Amino acid sequence: MANIDADAAFVEFDRVQKSYDGEVLVVKDLNLKISKGEFVTMLGPSGSGKTTCLMMLAGFETATHGDILLNGVSINNIPPHKRGIGMVFQSYALFPHMTVGENLSFPLEVRGMVKSEREEKVKRALDMVQMGDFLSRRPAQLSGGQQQRIALARSLVFEPQLVLMDEPLGALDKQLREQMQFEIKRISDDLGITVVYVTHDQTEALTMSDRVAVFEDGRIQQLAPPNDLYERPDNSFVAQFIGENNKLSGTIKSMDGDIVAVELANGKTMQALAVNVGAVGAKTLVSIRPERITVGSNDGPNATEAQVLELIYLGDHIRCRLNVHGDEEFVVKVPNSAGHQHLVVGETTNVSWDPRDARALDPL
Amino acid sequence: MADLTTNVAIDNHLTTADGKPLKAALAAAQARNKRRAFFLVLPLLAFILITFIVPIGQMLMRSIDSPGFILQTDVITKEETPLMVNLGLWFKDNPQGTEPDEAAYTALVSDLIALKKTRAQGQAGTRINYELAGSRSLFTSGARKAAKLKPPYKEAMIKLNKKWENPKLWQVMRSASSRYTGSFYLAAVDRTRDANGDIVRVEENRRVYVNLFVRTLRLSLLITFLTFILAYPVAHLLATLPMRKSNMLMILVLLPFWTSLLVRTTSWMILLQSQGVLNDAMVGLGLLDDANRIQLMYNEFGTVIAMTHILLPFMILPLYSVMRPINPSYVRAARSLGATSWTAFRRIYFPQTVPGIGAGALLVFILSVGYYITPALVGGADGTLISNLIAFHMLSSLNWSLAAALASLLLGGILILYWLYDRLVGIDNLKLG
Ligand SMILES: Nc1ncnc2c1ncn2[C@@H]1O[C@H](COP(=O)(O)OP(=O)(O)OP(=O)(O)O)[C@@H](O)[C@H]1O
Ligand SMILES: [Mg+2]
Repeated sequence: MANIDADAAFVEFDRVQKSYDGEVLVVKDLNLKISKGEFVTMLGPSGSGKTTCLMMLAGFETATHGDILLNGVSINNIPPHKRGIGMVFQSYALFPHMTVGENLSFPLEVRGMVKSEREEKVKRALDMVQMGDFLSRRPAQLSGGQQQRIALARSLVFEPQLVLMDEPLGALDKQLREQMQFEIKRISDDLGITVVYVTHDQTEALTMSDRVAVFEDGRIQQLAPPNDLYERPDNSFVAQFIGENNKLSGTIKSMDGDIVAVELANGKTMQALAVNVGAVGAKTLVSIRPERITVGSNDGPNATEAQVLELIYLGDHIRCRLNVHGDEEFVVKVPNSAGHQHLVVGETTNVSWDPRDARALDPL
Repeated sequence: MADLTTNVAIDNHLTTADGKPLKAALAAAQARNKRRAFFLVLPLLAFILITFIVPIGQMLMRSIDSPGFILQTDVITKEETPLMVNLGLWFKDNPQGTEPDEAAYTALVSDLIALKKTRAQGQAGTRINYELAGSRSLFTSGARKAAKLKPPYKEAMIKLNKKWENPKLWQVMRSASSRYTGSFYLAAVDRTRDANGDIVRVEENRRVYVNLFVRTLRLSLLITFLTFILAYPVAHLLATLPMRKSNMLMILVLLPFWTSLLVRTTSWMILLQSQGVLNDAMVGLGLLDDANRIQLMYNEFGTVIAMTHILLPFMILPLYSVMRPINPSYVRAARSLGATSWTAFRRIYFPQTVPGIGAGALLVFILSVGYYITPALVGGADGTLISNLIAFHMLSSLNWSLAAALASLLLGGILILYWLYDRLVGIDNLKLG
């Protein structure tokens, strides 16, 4: 997998800034290193600058400041067609006046490849996405999922080292999307290509990527493998952007190694892991994942009373909304396993969690 | 057997809840809608019929039907009196090429006397005059003097005026004696019948129309090409600029469109005339000697310049309408796949604009083929088009049949081009907006 070595970086953003209008920085000080063969996803809310980064890498926008390096060489002055970067667009951008076969052989033609070789490669690329029978169709005669496959095949047919994908699955339904996620991942692993993938679907980011870069407001908030991102968010934005998350805000009362005591709004104290906090007396936001909370347990330093406000039956688990420490949006997931505790709305029970599962982060 | 089939038919057909056959019920339901739709379009239909179809039909008729020599229609009573009856009979009895004999001249004289009585000599003379210049006065003076002539009429007539002997005159009278004639179409392509009735070209100095058709075609193609060259980048700009700027530019494009055609043409006259802005500026800048001002107007150049400008919006708008929805990601995709910007334009962008080019070219071409005002004002002698000559025959020479024949040829030519276009490009590929 990814070895994050400065010298081995295949793609590198070095203090890149971008402004469209000279007034607002859309990308602020972006530093990112991607190794060869890595699958990196840019994840973030709408307008956070993901597409802009991709466009700068592909050469359709120029960086206002900073360097973008490919294989150690600055590509700021290389025109898009010489960068050799494959790209899949959100709208697929299949040429409507050409057949599937012509679409695929276009990049080979402009590279001056002979006909027999072109046909061979087109066929191989189509077989790779299981679309071998569609050679002579027009894009308009294909379904959304089929067009997506063709767009993928076209971005790969000229064997680029790096492929960029800007929300390629955004227009597909859930089931097809999951199938395509799997397929894109399989193909990129098989070919050993480097992929920079943009999405605002966190599940997609978590299931496909080697590493995920969480974008917000033109900055990378955290760059980490999916499990780290979920289990060990660096800051409040990442914690609440990725997965579900209970937030308790308070003030730091004391510190003991990496464990802090946090005084909450209702005067009670709890213990949490210091991740991203100031000195004693500073405000903090404690984040706890719903599935890390034990219901009906009275053990540990963080055990407290909870009033059941709402129960939602979701098949494999039951989602309980509780009032904990005065927070009425406190959510707990109770697995629907044999002999689990049956809660009743209005009853009072106990909840508890490990101090290491409560992460004290920067206040929002 | 018959019973059997009807039974089977009924069994096979679906029926509505109350037992009516479904097809009949559907037809009845749709008939109501169709009737309503028909009444809605009826006013337009009547309007088009009266103002468009009927006049075109009349024009087509008039180009082959010119009965001035054989029929007099009373202006008020619409009563029709036959003319030149005896001569008509003689032509019927004697085939083409027969030397006119004493009987022919006798018939002619009696018909001329009859013409004088109905005061139709001018009308008949005019009809002959269309095809043989100078014949009108021949007929008016002939009709005046015919009553005093004594036999043998052949000698008497020729003594009266040598022109009565002209075999060409007899040929024209023969053709004018039949109600329907193709001679206006012949005239419209610079052809005529000689004394033997064979189709020949008219004399060198009277060959006008073919040249004019060719010039019209040539200038129209040139204007279409020029508007295309000028409009393509503008339309591209319009389609790709940010909304606010493109709206501004759009207004600049449409502004001339909203100004009166006459105003635009006359402003071109102000610019182009030899004492005009352009010449003055060049003289002022010392580029030009005051004595050799350039003739920019009253020639082909003036027509082409002014018409290109005036027809430009008809090219820009269809182009814009196909360029606007073209997603910029197509060109980006092509670039990322390794195409230079020129290749991306040529292979990806341009083919997607072809329907707009087709529509714009067809519009501009058809408009310029029939254009009248601008060439009339700035065209001079070299820059007039066929429509100016049609107007001339309508308004000045009053040879409506020839005007109709010219117009019909023009219409036919355009229909042929349209058909060709459909075969080559496909009309369903056309995109006007
Ligand atoms: N061509 C442009 N001109 C001016 N501003 C732009 C342009 N393209 C994007 N922006 C602005 O830059 C910011 C970032 O846009 P970008 O397209 O990179 O967002 P994104 O992260 O891809 O969002 P989304 O998830 O909605 O696609 C936005 O505020 C957007 O308005
Ligand atoms: Mg985007």
